[in-house]
Amino acid sequence: MIADIGVAVGQVLVVGMGAPLLVGVLRTLKARLVGRRGPSPWQPYADLRKLLGKEVVVSTTTSWVFRATPYVLVATTLVTALIVPVSSARPPLAFAGNIILLVYLFMLGTFFLALAGLDAGSAFGGMGSSRGVAVAALAEPTIIVAVFALALRADTIDLGLVVERFGQEPWLAANPAHLLAFAAFFIVMLAETGRLPVDNPATHLELTMIHEAMVLEYSGRYLALVEWAGAMKLFLFMTLLANLFVPWGLTGPAGPGAVLLGLLALAAKLAVLTGAVAVLETTVAKLRLFRVPELLAGSFALAFLSLMAVILFR
Amino acid sequence: MDRLAYGLAALIGIAATAFGSYGMSGDVGTLRVAWLVPLGGLELTLDPLGGFFLALIGFAAVPASIYAMGSSPGERRDRFAYLVFVLSMCLVPLAANTMTFAITWELMSLASYFLVLHDRESKPSIYAGWVYAVMTHAGLACLLAGMLLLGAWTGSPRFEDWRAAAPALSGTARNAVFVLLGLGFAGKAGVIPLHVWLPLAHPAAPSHVSALMSGVMIKLGVYGLLRVSLDWLGAGPAWWGVAILVAGAASSLIGVLYALVDHDLKRLLAFHSIENIGIILLGVGSAVLYHGAGLPAAALLGLAAALYHTVNHAAFKALLFLGAGAVVHATGTRNMEELGGLIKRMPWTAACFLVGSAAIAALPPLNGFVSEWLTFVALFQNTHLAAVGLNIVFILGIASLALTGGLAMACFVKAFGITFLALPRSDAAARANEAPVPMRLAMLTLAASCVALGLGPTLVIPVLGAVAASVLGQAPPATVGDWLTLRVSGGYASLSTLAIAIALGAALLVPFVALPLVRAARRTRAYETWGCGRIIQTSRMEYTATAFANPFKRVFDFFYRPTKHLDIEFHPESRFFVERIEYENPARSIFHDWLYRPALDLLRVGARAAGALQSGSANLYLAYILAALLLMLVLA
Repeated sequence: MIADIGVAVGQVLVVGMGAPLLVGVLRTLKARLVGRRGPSPWQPYADLRKLLGKEVVVSTTTSWVFRATPYVLVATTLVTALIVPVSSARPPLAFAGNIILLVYLFMLGTFFLALAGLDAGSAFGGMGSSRGVAVAALAEPTIIVAVFALALRADTIDLGLVVERFGQEPWLAANPAHLLAFAAFFIVMLAETGRLPVDNPATHLELTMIHEAMVLEYSGRYLALVEWAGAMKLFLFMTLLANLFVPWGLTGPAGPGAVLLGLLALAAKLAVLTGAVAVLETTVAKLRLFRVPELLAGSFALAFLSLMAVILFR
Repeated sequence: MDRLAYGLAALIGIAATAFGSYGMSGDVGTLRVAWLVPLGGLELTLDPLGGFFLALIGFAAVPASIYAMGSSPGERRDRFAYLVFVLSMCLVPLAANTMTFAITWELMSLASYFLVLHDRESKPSIYAGWVYAVMTHAGLACLLAGMLLLGAWTGSPRFEDWRAAAPALSGTARNAVFVLLGLGFAGKAGVIPLHVWLPLAHPAAPSHVSALMSGVMIKLGVYGLLRVSLDWLGAGPAWWGVAILVAGAASSLIGVLYALVDHDLKRLLAFHSIENIGIILLGVGSAVLYHGAGLPAAALLGLAAALYHTVNHAAFKALLFLGAGAVVHATGTRNMEELGGLIKRMPWTAACFLVGSAAIAALPPLNGFVSEWLTFVALFQNTHLAAVGLNIVFILGIASLALTGGLAMACFVKAFGITFLALPRSDAAARANEAPVPMRLAMLTLAASCVALGLGPTLVIPVLGAVAASVLGQAPPATVGDWLTLRVSGGYASLSTLAIAIALGAALLVPFVALPLVRAARRTRAYETWGCGRIIQTSRMEYTATAFANPFKRVFDFFYRPTKHLDIEFHPESRFFVERIEYENPARSIFHDWLYRPALDLLRVGARAAGALQSGSANLYLAYILAALLLMLVLA
């Protein structure tokens, strides 16, 4: 019990504290790749601190939904941090509902964020909400089907047990089905966290953006909470990608040494993934909005093929 | 006096809930009055499945009746029809022979028909009533044909005897009965493509009736499907389950797709009923397939998921219809494009509607999430089936359920966001007043039950598991977890919405603790929405429901096949000045264009051809009679 609470607090701290660094490293890497010096990797922390020091401007048009949303967003991502196997294969809240819960918790966040986008009554917010929910709705089936393909081979939908199973029998991962599911999940990760080619996290051109348009009305500590939740979401999705598909380094019931090893392994995996995302984001252009569904349909097709491969060759 | 009928209906509801809950515990008994009706007499039986649906009807009828006391009482015949409607619905799941069933079923359909027609002046309402009457009687014809055939083949009109005799019938006979009864019940449930009456009839009825029609009446179609596919005919061939599963997948997806582009608040909810019936059928179909394949635990899980979603849908759909009714009551319009900003004028209604929206969008930790989770896990069990073809059907079911979940979330962002948030889009919405106390009370009760059903699956599942086990003829599972966690299929999966709720509650407090710790500024200033330097903000600058749904219309245009009308009136002096723009981008119904219109055309051509026989000459008619008589003699 005490150990569980320790792991829970530890995971929340790792995700909460590490997420801005991940975003910072990604930005620095991207800047270096295009030949700029770029800001320091610690810049997101400074940004958050700056935002926390500013006053909040709240539109008179809005209701309590707008003011509650940053808290809901943070809460859903923090709870998600207890479901994803971050440092060990036994996340503390794994019993509460597994991958389906994870997907729907992210949807809970998206639901409130989209409502907040509509709440201020500006066309930008509505546009962002409409596009944001469209992307989220189309990305969701891919996550479920891709993870089901993994679960089917591990014979459980408990994320931790899936990780453990693949960790014990690494040759299971050397399989085309695994690769297809990984590709599908990678595309969905880009879409869900608002990265290129689906959304551009660096732009503030109203007509092209999705996530940034939804949060346009936020300022001060509210914006800080929203940005922090966004960074955590990116961290969690990348962790999921890293630990589900490359589960080496994670163990089951963990002592402090194993947790440390898991964290080190995670850092290494995240570094590789961040590099990949940075290279991708500097080489591809943003897709036109109405080409995005084709990309998401493609990722769904990959996930579906992966599942078919598992069923046909079991 | 006005409210007496509704009070009586509420009492009937309470009695039905109590009696039904009692019946869920086991086979309770039969009431037979042989002289009352011909052909077998009146026969009512309370068994666990019937008890479950009886309790469900009572559970929804109580808040709907309380709500009706607060809204306009309606004319006397409406109140009478409402009472008959509630009472006949209560009797349908108890009916135990063909005649009793036919009478109660028809009484229910007729009473709801009169309620749909409550506004006898309006054209849409008359059209809705007409379509409803035609569809429901086509369904009744199928049901009667199926039941009479089954009765003839088994030699008894009693359902009890069917159970014993029907499994011994030939495959063709059982298939024929399954198709006929399946079509009849699917029509009542609003399964695609038999759904056309539903989006017309449900919005036309008064809101408390819509709540009952969507919340429980269409569930009696599900009740019938359960009886046919699992009870009366015994375990069937695999294609029964496949048919139900595919119908469920299609209904869930197509229902939500139509809901996305519909901006009439009550019609949107009606389309969501089609979607949710689809989700229920995914559970039913999986149960039928597992039952036939000899996987009792998986069948039990599928059926329990279906029953759970049945209860949940009754709770949140009744809540949403009552909320929509409160909006219509306050503003006089169902068109979302004329609403907005109601959260400030109607905070209670808005909060209840938000709970209902989150529940129907399956957001944790509310009740919709629990039953969709169970349905997912039930569908995941298909790995125990060896046939690859069946696995593929299940994967399609999983994919459509996942896509449905996402689209439903999007749709309720639209429904809640456009209706309740931002600025009012019409004067009526700007002057809206909060609903009176009885209406609020009804909505709060249902919202509370959505939360309770969400947090308490460990208490609900054993009860539903026992009902499901009695339908499948097996012992209920001994243990399904502890007070906190629901365990499914051994170690395959577990769910604890209570833990999620506690964790979410604790996590909500994190910023409140952390922000003072990092010495965040606490100043807040109220100011207008940022608008690129425009001078005033009006509701015309808001995003509309049409605009919100447009990405979906473009993504799924192969399905919607939208048509576009653009009509611009220019200023006579210069084309650079526009006086008026009319833009319309309606979606078309493929079922209307490709199924019903050709069928109706065929019917019309047939009728015209048959009209040639009808010359009006009495001599000719006598000749027909003679010819028919001769033919009969020859054939005999």
